[in-house]
Parts: sequence; structure tokens; C-alpha cells
Amino acid sequence: MSLYMEWEAVIGLEAHVQLMTRSKIFSGASTAYGAEPNTQACAIDLGLPGVLPVLNGEAVRMAVKFGLAVGAEVATRSIFARKNYFYPDLPKGYQISQYEQPIVKGGRLEIAVDGRRKTIGITRAHLEEDAGKSLHEDFHGFSGIDLNRAGTPLLEIVSEPDLRGAAEAVAYMKKLHTLVVYLGICDGNMQEGSFRCDANVSVRPKGAAKLGTRTELKNLNSFRFIERAIEFEIERQIEVLENGGQVFQETRLYDPDEHETRPMRGKEEAFDYRYFPDPDLLPVELERAVIEDIRATLPELPDAKLGRFMRDYGLTVYEAEVLTADRALADYFEATAKAAADTEPKLAANWVMGDLLGALNRDGLALAKSPVSPQQLGGLLRRIADDTISGKIAKQVFEAMWRSEGDADAIIAAKGLKQITDTSAIEKIVDNIIAANPSQAAQYRAGQDKLLGFFVGQVMRATQGKANPGQVNELLVRKLKGG
Amino acid sequence: MSLSRDEVERIAHLARIRIDEADIPGYVRNLSDILDFVAQMNAVDAANVSPMAHPLDESQRLRDDVVTETDQREAFQAVAPQVEAGLYLVPKFVE
Amino acid sequence: MHQRSLADLAAALRRREFSSEELTRACLGRIARFNPRLNAFVTVTEERALGAARAADQRIKAGEARALEGVPIAHKDIFCTKGIRTSCGSRMLDNFIAPYDATVVEKLEQAGAIMVGKTNMDEFAMGSSNETSHYGPVCNPWDISMVPGGSSGGSAAAVAARLVPGATGTDTGGSIRQPAALCGISGLKPTYGAVSRYGMIAFASSLDQAGPFAVSAEDLAVMLQAMSGFDPRDSTSLDRPVPDYRAALDDAIAGLRIGLPKEYLGEGLDAGVAKAVEEAIKVFERLGAKPVEISLPNSRLAVPTYYVVAPAECSSNLARYDGVRFGYRCAEPRDLRDLYERSRGEGFGAEVKRRILIGTYVLSSGYYDAYYLKAQRLRRLISADFARAFGQVDVILGPTSPSVAFKLGAKQDPLTMYLCDIYTIAVNLAGLPGMSIPCGFAGGLPVGLQLIGNYFTEPRLLNAAHRYQRETDWHRRVPPGFE
Repeated sequence: MSLYMEWEAVIGLEAHVQLMTRSKIFSGASTAYGAEPNTQACAIDLGLPGVLPVLNGEAVRMAVKFGLAVGAEVATRSIFARKNYFYPDLPKGYQISQYEQPIVKGGRLEIAVDGRRKTIGITRAHLEEDAGKSLHEDFHGFSGIDLNRAGTPLLEIVSEPDLRGAAEAVAYMKKLHTLVVYLGICDGNMQEGSFRCDANVSVRPKGAAKLGTRTELKNLNSFRFIERAIEFEIERQIEVLENGGQVFQETRLYDPDEHETRPMRGKEEAFDYRYFPDPDLLPVELERAVIEDIRATLPELPDAKLGRFMRDYGLTVYEAEVLTADRALADYFEATAKAAADTEPKLAANWVMGDLLGALNRDGLALAKSPVSPQQLGGLLRRIADDTISGKIAKQVFEAMWRSEGDADAIIAAKGLKQITDTSAIEKIVDNIIAANPSQAAQYRAGQDKLLGFFVGQVMRATQGKANPGQVNELLVRKLKGG
Repeated sequence: MSLSRDEVERIAHLARIRIDEADIPGYVRNLSDILDFVAQMNAVDAANVSPMAHPLDESQRLRDDVVTETDQREAFQAVAPQVEAGLYLVPKFVE
Repeated sequence: MHQRSLADLAAALRRREFSSEELTRACLGRIARFNPRLNAFVTVTEERALGAARAADQRIKAGEARALEGVPIAHKDIFCTKGIRTSCGSRMLDNFIAPYDATVVEKLEQAGAIMVGKTNMDEFAMGSSNETSHYGPVCNPWDISMVPGGSSGGSAAAVAARLVPGATGTDTGGSIRQPAALCGISGLKPTYGAVSRYGMIAFASSLDQAGPFAVSAEDLAVMLQAMSGFDPRDSTSLDRPVPDYRAALDDAIAGLRIGLPKEYLGEGLDAGVAKAVEEAIKVFERLGAKPVEISLPNSRLAVPTYYVVAPAECSSNLARYDGVRFGYRCAEPRDLRDLYERSRGEGFGAEVKRRILIGTYVLSSGYYDAYYLKAQRLRRLISADFARAFGQVDVILGPTSPSVAFKLGAKQDPLTMYLCDIYTIAVNLAGLPGMSIPCGFAGGLPVGLQLIGNYFTEPRLLNAAHRYQRETDWHRRVPPGFE
């Protein structure tokens, strides 16, 4: 940061969200990822002479869902416009997009950075078609064009330039990402390009009213890249300006290997897109009643769920955030808490966040593939709560359940893991252990309290870990001290 | 409305059409004439009239989200100038 | 055989007066004999036609004849025909074998019609004389040193010369009606949205419509019946029931109010044409129709408005012709820019390039409001003129073209050519149905009478035209040398 002047970064983000429809926005070709090149590019996607677009109603519904979820105005009338430019991955020589009358206007998203809450404005969101892909290696001086992706529906979401740093930008993107996955409109897979981000970055002296010249950053396809690219660009612009130079309005690509942004070659001139309403499509008209019907299908949104989890389950902000970050995980937690009726929700929270997520990560499994169901986990938690087994033994049982060896009760029975709670039985063992270790007992009585652990360990070993730890502790202390 | 040579070249580039040096004056002349002709539109002030994009006042029909197309790559690429490994080839362009 | 009307031939085939194979051979024979003179056909599909004719004969024998079973027709080379070259009159598509059928082609095939070939046309439908085709000009059968009109000159000449009893065309600014007038036959442009545009190579999407050519109004009705109807593949196709176009043909027209726009009788109208039209109006009066003078005050703005809207839309529609996925590609492109610029520079003819450039200009930044938006406002004024007129009259009558056919090569200046369409263009801007029928001769060349109706009043237009054709025999005249 500068020694001479305080600078402020101003950032606006554009997210391109691929909508999870089965077919393309203007044709009936499949949107499935990973197909052989050009096997999912039909005549309409290829822009063959004479073809015409027909609008996918599900794409419209998904856009409406988004608009409602961010409190935006959903347009009752919106228009598709042609954005005209030449590029090999753009078959018609124009992209069907929306310009003056987008389907969603306004809206807001609340983010939290370092404990501070901030509201970020959304300018608009509009529907458009995705372009194809180009490959530049392996073709001996040629580039290869794959148009499978051409025509996939996109929702372009434009934020107000309300973001003030890389941390806020990432927080916004993550929030947006969670939201679109929650709504079931996007699969959120950034590696596959389902959720893409461009950033507009500029700096200005802190307190200045006028905006500085902004650059556009592209190729930001992970949260980490977004953060690092923006950080780099802010520093770069500050350095340029402090050295008396000028920031040029240009598009820059982020290079993750060199950790820098560089101007994009081949985009020398500002495009004149010559937008005009697409004459092959008619205005999209949505009745208020239809919009309200869609509102009724909205799931509980992340923020509402977070608040509810804190209230109804007594969770901390952190716990609630972790458990609501993913809708499927939140559902899993709630199902577990329900199955573990009469136990503390905190227990379920700890086990889901800790043991379950740990096991999934270790084995590289998605939640949907968890070998342990919420019902099973809930059953296990009840056995901890009713003292059938200790927490430590429960972890053993969990591993067995993970290996599909059965339900908690079956495993406890089969392995004889039931906790020993019979006081007299434990007492006998405690007496034996104390008797067998007279010098340690003496040291303990002399004041070496830490040796309690040694005795506890001995008792646990003698009982294969099945003695109730609480009772063991209590008896040992009494016997050692009291005699 | 006389177009300059520069403007004609700019438009030709926007439209990705190569015009031979010798033909440029002809295009400048023709295009200027046409623009002069359409300037007749200025005879009427239509500021309060809403633009008419379509002859009829209808709204866009929505299609069901169903996959209806099968793989016809072979048929479509039979008419392609250059393909390799299922991809359309163009001179290499740097991204 | 060849002098008989389409309706007559369809009935004769069903009566088995002769076979479809005989009829088709006769047409193919005439085509072989006369096409070198007229250049009306770009592609003749002899083997395929004969195969289809034989199949038609089987169906007729089995009593399964459909409306146009076994009747030979030709398609303007703007309609995609699967497996057959579809050139659009352009070098750009000289090598394009369409991989699918246009809806219009499918529908006529499903009605039993036999395609004998693809007809010549002005390149990409841009022209009024059929002189811009890559395949050379078409000649008017009435005088082969004269133009047939355009852009559907090939279809008009083919029907006029009795090579086929019916042919398809398209009309964006008059491209069916004007060649029908210059060739002394009947042609109809339906209400916008009545006939599907799917598979019809686009020129100006909000103006283009497909329609039939034949020798009589009755024949047009038969063809239109087969061609019309809702197509889910075309978003601008209207979902309404198709009326029986023949039902009202013979209705009396006493009391029919005929509008005569005073603006149509101004300067530029050939005296011989004016006289023939006046005589035609007298025939209508004899039939009981009532002439009413009307005014279409904004009609003089129609041509300038059209030459903003149509080029704008075409500049975008033709952006897909880039040498990448189909069509003409220049030899040894140096780089991507060269590929685009030379493929398009070499693939398109001068008139097409002019219109693309004008269109690009009027949409470009800084000019959009003054040109494109202004034109769309004027379009509404022009349409409103017609709406007002149809409050007073049922049908509007006038000359189709300000002159009869002119010499090939006579109109070198684009602007003079544009003025051929002064009476037809407004009809496309408003999206109304219009037709042209022969009403006499001037200097030995045919004169066309234009009938314009309100939206979806094709049955009444056809009725008025049919009653006129019952009283007159202009439509039965055959060009000398083609009897």
C-alpha cells in the first residue's frame, strides 16, 4: 500500500451462470457436459442457413427464481437483442442476449467480511446464449472449434460497483454461488465452467467521487484466482498511478502461474455491438400471477436457513454458516437432528461438521454418496446421549457404519461395545489397577494430579475402552484421594 | 449524407468484408446516395411514436425443456470447409 | 397439359386422365428445352422428381391422393431442400447441400407435390430484377431481353413459361408480387406469420414471407392451403387455424369496398400501367364493387424506411456466412481476419455487400437512433395508415409495379432499382397480405394489379381476384413461343 496517499479500490463483478436446463436456450439439443465435440450442436446451434430460435421456458423460470431470490424487479416484458460481433466460437456472428429490457432489474445480496455485514447491489441479470469453445493446440497452425456449448443458457448477473477489495469480491461471489446452487438453477461446477466471473477493477484516491479508469479481468475460474487476480490488479494500478502513469481501459487475463494480469492480445478495438431487438423472437411477457407461482416454488434461501438454524438449533454463526453453505448438507444435518430426537442439536452439528465431512473428504466422496444416512447417524447419536456408548467408542461404531457393516445398534451388539456402567464392576477394576500401581498412586496422592490420566488409561485398557469415562474418573479420584 | 472513405473502410471492417482498393470509390458513392435517399425519413417527426419491431402484437411462445435433437455431426460436417477430429478448423487465432 | 391450371391438373391426375410421371416428364422436357433461354432454374432434380412421380401414381391408384398429389412444382432456391443444393442465388452457398428441409418444402411434399427443381433468384433475395444472381440473370418469357422482376424471378418465369404449374417464392419488399406482375402471372404474399419461415434462408426477418406463384387465384388458394399453418420451430409463426382458402372463391363481390390510394397515382407511374389498372377497376365496378378514394399519407416514407430496416436485419442475418462451418471459403486464408474478409468479400455479390454495409452503418453506435429506431417508428405510422384505411374499405387496389418489365442491364443505379418496389414495400412493413394478378398489357408487356387486404383476409383477397379472373382472361395468356 502507498505511503503517500490512501487509495480505494472499486470493483464490479459480472457472473456468467450456466442454467441447469436439460436442453439449450433456443434449441432442443442437450446441454450435458463432456460430450464428443460437435455432437450436441444441432442445426440451430450451428447457425445453419434458415434456422430459427425458440425459447426454453425453463430458462425463463430459472431467471425469475433468481430475480425473486435477490429481491429484484422481474420484468413483465423483456426483449431479446442481438449482440453482433465476429468470433469463431459464435456461429451466427451474433449472440442472442438482452440489452435494454432485461428480465431482472435491481436486487441485492448481503455479504459478511471479517464479521462486518455489507449489502451489495445488483444492477441487472439477463438471459443469453453461451458461445462454443476453441482449442488451439494439436492442430498444426489451426484452431479447432467445438460448438457443443453454443446455445447453453446463461444468466449474466451484473453487480453494482459496490465492492471495495478482493475479500469482498470473493465473499460476494461465494454468496452468489451458494444462492444459485440453492435455487437449483446452476450446478456451480467452476471447473466445468458452469459459474464464471469477470471483474471490473479500478482505483481512486480515497474519498474521491469520480471513478478511475477500469480494466476488465477475465479467466477467473476459481475463488482463489478471483482473489489473487484482483489483489494483483489493485496493486498494479496503484503503482502505475503513483509513478505518474495512466491506467488504460483494457481487458486483461489472469495468469495463475506467474500470478499477474496481462493485457489480452487480439482485442485491440472496442467492439461496436450494434445491439437491436432480435426480429426472430417476440417480447417475453410474464403475468404477475405466473411470477407469483414461481415465487411459491422458491426453496428456503441460505440467509433464512442460517437464521433459523441459529434460532431453532442453538448453533453459533460459524456452525450455522458451515452447515448452510450447501443445501444438501443443511438437509442432511436437519434429518440427522430429527432422527436423533431427544439429543442436543449441537451433537448432530459436531458430528456432521466433524466426522461426516471428515470421512467424505478422506474418501473423496460427495455427500450424496455417503454410506451413512442421516437416519443411521441419528441412531448413533442417540446411543451416545443415552450412555449406551461413549463418544470415543461411537467413533469406532461410525467407522464400521461407514464400511456398511450395519446400523449402530447392530454393530454395538455384534462387537460387544456396550459401555460398562455397572458401578461395582468398574469399582472392582479400579481397585485392581490402584493396587497394581502403588508408586504411581503414591505420587498422585503427593500432588501429581496429571497421573490421573495414567490411571484412566489403565482402566480403559482393562475394559477395552468400554467403561463409562465419567464414572471411571469419579471413582479413581475418590479412591486415590480417599483411599 | 456523404460518407468518407475512412467511414466506408471502418464499416467494411465491422462487417468483415474485404473491398478491393479499386472498388472503394464506387461503394463510397453508392452508400452515400442511399443514405441521402433514406434521409427522407427526416421529413416526419415521429418522436412520440413507439417503434414497431414486429408486424403483429404477439408474445414469445415458450418451449418445454426437453432434449429433442440427436447427434447429426456427420451430416452437418459433410458441408464443412475443414474439419478434424470432429472440430471445425480455422487459422489459429490467439486468445 | 402445360397450359392447364394447377387445380385442374390435380383433379385430372386424380381422375387418372394421365399419370404424374407423364406430367412430370412433360415439365422436365419443357425445362430442358426452355431453361437455356430463360435461366429460370439453378438445379433440376430429374431423377428424384420421377421417383416421386411414380410414388404419387401408386398413391393415386390406391385412392390415397392428397391435395396436390403428383403435381410438379418448383422451389425458389432460398428454401432448404435436404440433400439438394440450396444456393440462394449466391456464390457463398454454391456448394451448400442443405442437411434439412424447410417447413414449406415439407408441407408441400406432404400434400403430394413433386419438386422438379430449384429456381434462380436475386442473390440472398436482394433485388427487383433477378440480375444479381451468381448464376446469371433470368429472362422474362414475354421478351427475353427484359427482366422478369425479382427477387423470385426464376419462379415467376418458370410459371409464366408454363414449365411448372406452381412455384414457391418469398417476398420481403415485393419479391413475389413484382415478378408476378412483370411476368403476367398471379402471386401472393400472405399475412406475416401465416407461413413458416423455418428453413427459408433469412434476409430481413421481420419482413420475409413465403408464398405461391401460379397462373390463377384459385391455384394460389390450393398452394397456400398446403403451405400455411403454425410451426413450433418458428417463433414468429402464428398459432391460428388455417381457413379453407377456396371456400369463398366464388362468393359475389357486390358491395365490396375497394380503396384507391390517391398517393399511388402520382409521378413515376407508367401511363400504360395506369390505364390497365383503371380498366381493371372498371371490371370490379361492373361486379358490384364500390371504389372509395383513400389516403395513405405516409406511403412516400415506405421505401426509405425499408432501406433502413431491411439492410439492418440482413447485415446481422448474413453474419453467419463466414467460411467456417459451411459455404464458400476463400483459398489459403492467411489468418482469421483474412478468412472472414475474403470469404465474405469474394462470396457475396455487390448488391448484397452494399446492403450489409448500409445495415451495419445504420445499427452502429451513434446512428442507431437516427436511422434504425426512426425507421421502426415510421413503420408504425405506415401500418397505422393501413389500419385507418381498412376501417373504410375491404380491399385496397392499385398497380403492383410503376412500370412493366425493363431491359436487362437498364437499371445500373441501385436507387432506381429500389423504386421498383414503391407500391409493394409498405405491405411488408405492415405485415399485411398482398397479391398481384395480371390485368392487361402495356407495350406488349404484362401489367400487374395489386390487391392488399387486412390481416388474415386472404380468403377475401382470393375471392376478389378469382371473380375478376372469371370475367377476364389476362391470366390465361401465354407468352409467345411458350405455347
